[in-house]
Amino acid sequence: MTLGEIRGIVEALVITKSADMNREIGRAYCADLMSDVLAFSVTHSLLITGLTNAQVIRTADVADLRAIVFVQGKRPDIETIAMAESKDIPLLVTGLSMFDTCGRLYEKGLRSRPGGIS
Amino acid sequence: MIKNADGVFFLTGKDFTNAGSASSNLKGILENLGISPEIIRRASIAAFEAEMNAIIYAVAGMMHYSVTPEAVKVILQDMGPGIPDIDLAMKEGYSTAPDYIREMGFGSGMGLPNIKRNADKLTITSTVGEGTTLEFLIYLEGLSPQTS
Repeated sequence: MTLGEIRGIVEALVITKSADMNREIGRAYCADLMSDVLAFSVTHSLLITGLTNAQVIRTADVADLRAIVFVQGKRPDIETIAMAESKDIPLLVTGLSMFDTCGRLYEKGLRSRPGGIS
Repeated sequence: MIKNADGVFFLTGKDFTNAGSASSNLKGILENLGISPEIIRRASIAAFEAEMNAIIYAVAGMMHYSVTPEAVKVILQDMGPGIPDIDLAMKEGYSTAPDYIREMGFGSGMGLPNIKRNADKLTITSTVGEGTTLEFLIYLEGLSPQTS
């Protein structure tokens, strides 16, 4: 699905400038533990997290993730948003809980890896 | 054919604002060299975990990288407390990180296992009270240890 569709499904706000809403997202991974993201996420995934520090952007960058959704209405600071823009990583914020964010996307067919078992 | 390249990044302990920037720069360098995305991802993830370790635990460190047509090699040398028991540190879930590191999403005892998972070869030498040197090697495509 596209990033625009994801934005609609989780009722998110896009907080980075000029984010490409047609960007295709095939997989998603959810964690607050960045080492788990580095170990287990699949390349080009969407990251769903409740952490908003700069290391989240670095993690998404080195693990080649396509976009980040922050849950529970959490927002990173302005420097972190600027870092994401410079790395071309769109950031979205949803008021939903992590459980509901993942649940809605799973329901619409998004999976963490092929076969859906991780 | 991948060209040779090498260089060094300097790391400052507890500088969490810039933590990860060396690995991020390394990723850009590997991309410019035309290395495959899969190899770049493995090298960047391993470098990032090693860089975070140095920033969390050490006073300062150096990340040296070298690229040859055969492999990417990264050596991370730090002036830190050293690792008393490397086998124990390699175990998933074992960590000595304080809570504020865990709150940043690290320090869960996955760093060294993650480096091992991504590297074709990993060597760690450490002296308590002096520091740790971590070296990993990732072979470029078609040159994994099984095929070369």
